[in-house]
Amino acid sequence: MKKFLSFIKKEFLHIFRDVRTLIIIFGIPIAEILIFGFAINTDIKDARIAILDLSKDATTQQITNKLLSSGYFMLETHLQTSDQIEEIFRAGRVKEVIVFEQNFAKRLEAEGKADIQLILDASEPNTANILQGYTSNIIYTYVNELNNLLPQNIVINSTVRMQYNPGMKSVFMFVPGTMAIILILISALMTSVTITREKELGTMEVLLVSPLHPTHIILGKVTPYLVLSFINVISILGLAYFVFGLPIKGNLFLLIAECLLFIFLSLSLGILISTVSKTMQQAMLISMIGLMMPSMLLSGFIFPVENMPDILYYISFAMPPRWFIEIVKDIMIKGSGLQMVWEETLILIGMTLFFIAMSIRKFKIRL
Amino acid sequence: MNIITVKNLVKKFGSFTANDNLNFEVRKGEIFGFLGANGAGKTTAIRILCGLSTPTSGEISVAGYNVYTQTEELKKNIGYMSQKFSLYEDLTIYENIELYGGIYGLGLKKIKHRTTELLSNLKMYELKDTLIGKLPLGWKQKLAFSVAMLHEPAIVFLDEPTGGVDPVTRRQFWDLIYEASNSGVTIFVTTHYMDEAEYCDRVTIMNNGIIEALDTPNNLKEKYSAKNMNEVFIKIARPNITH
Repeated sequence: MKKFLSFIKKEFLHIFRDVRTLIIIFGIPIAEILIFGFAINTDIKDARIAILDLSKDATTQQITNKLLSSGYFMLETHLQTSDQIEEIFRAGRVKEVIVFEQNFAKRLEAEGKADIQLILDASEPNTANILQGYTSNIIYTYVNELNNLLPQNIVINSTVRMQYNPGMKSVFMFVPGTMAIILILISALMTSVTITREKELGTMEVLLVSPLHPTHIILGKVTPYLVLSFINVISILGLAYFVFGLPIKGNLFLLIAECLLFIFLSLSLGILISTVSKTMQQAMLISMIGLMMPSMLLSGFIFPVENMPDILYYISFAMPPRWFIEIVKDIMIKGSGLQMVWEETLILIGMTLFFIAMSIRKFKIRL
Repeated sequence: MNIITVKNLVKKFGSFTANDNLNFEVRKGEIFGFLGANGAGKTTAIRILCGLSTPTSGEISVAGYNVYTQTEELKKNIGYMSQKFSLYEDLTIYENIELYGGIYGLGLKKIKHRTTELLSNLKMYELKDTLIGKLPLGWKQKLAFSVAMLHEPAIVFLDEPTGGVDPVTRRQFWDLIYEASNSGVTIFVTTHYMDEAEYCDRVTIMNNGIIEALDTPNNLKEKYSAKNMNEVFIKIARPNITH
């Protein structure tokens, strides 16, 4: 154990003495989150909307007034028929159309429930998502107010339809995506580079001749990166939550456990890369081109996987971040528990075991 | 007394035989030179003796330990230094010593004591908080050798330790080797420099995976009627070249 600790101490010294490594580990994650966060404008005012009121009663009028007086929306026009919806979207005149069903107030009175449809122009997915949130919130508040006055509870169902981009890349996507990329960057790229560095410098040989077991050497090399990645996960979540007000609806411990699983996966990938590459440049190339690029492009971080051509869609199954992003999104935004994400979790565990087994095999062959 | 005994060592990689039935002994405290052209099988043999690689067959014991079963114990009792050398440039001299001391399981007291001893011997004590990267190559080389001796091993393996070092520093490096040898440490050294072969007590010359010659430098020169070790080497490794 003592031997192991002195090895880990040395590994930390390497990291803290190298400014470039420090920048990659601590600078990039924070910068990336801040850039993504602030580049997405979450403050929308006076969005143009159209209303198709098929009922034209007091209740629909009240809801319309609530919406328009909120300051978020400006009424562009009242529509008369549903045929006009497509037309007005195409003309780019509105971001959202709100449809009240026929006999809205009557149904509400008789059955205790009525339907509103929200149709959004999702070609700007972030805006669409925010507007939908605002609208639902206002309707929800209105229903609550009514329920306080009325003897029996009423429900207004709002169904949402995203026009043009049903895949709906949400504004909150940037956190799971960035997290995946950063963890791959630090855990996979940095570890593969640091292990190959020892090989290239010849110090690996000396370590192998020493009484340190090869497993300990590898563990000693990855432990600092495990610790630093974990610190990064916490700071990214902290930034997202406190600075950008992202919800963490699900269980925080489950979320952190999933992040740890992904860190392990990235570390094992890093080890695998280091066993197949002879030089640092090679390790870096494999990590960047073989890992980072497909991770960014095929994981659903930048392009929604649902819209991909078939081949790319199936390739995306092999991308670990795809599953991780899915899990994080589900836990943070939908509040899912383990019973909802166990399949993705199993896939990640399976991938991790596969990479570790491959690394051990490669390592043995090399010796 | 023999500290290394190798009997019928064979190492094969697939159909390629890197070491073909090697037999030799190394005596305690001697400087044993291990020569051969690139690809002759030197590195393979050294890796086996250091417990890094398992032989295909043969009986090998190093410092009294079996290379098949007792690699852990074996590794604790040997030191190793290669041409690419073992010190970390971004750590200070003391941090490097502390690291290797820690890896070999020396206590902190022992490490401090050995640091003082070793650095005073090299006249580098004032430099103990200097980064290795700032030292000239010759100094690093001497330091690497001393660090390989830190845990007081019975045998030190030196794999082309003087590659790329100027003649004066090489001479000084050999002074360190003699000093270690005089204190009873066995030195197992490979080299490309034939003048260094003359400094060894006994020399082995390998070619194509087999040992062609094993004797003292003087006996070898006599046997091959050569003026120096260089000629001996050429006569053995390149028999078809005539002068």
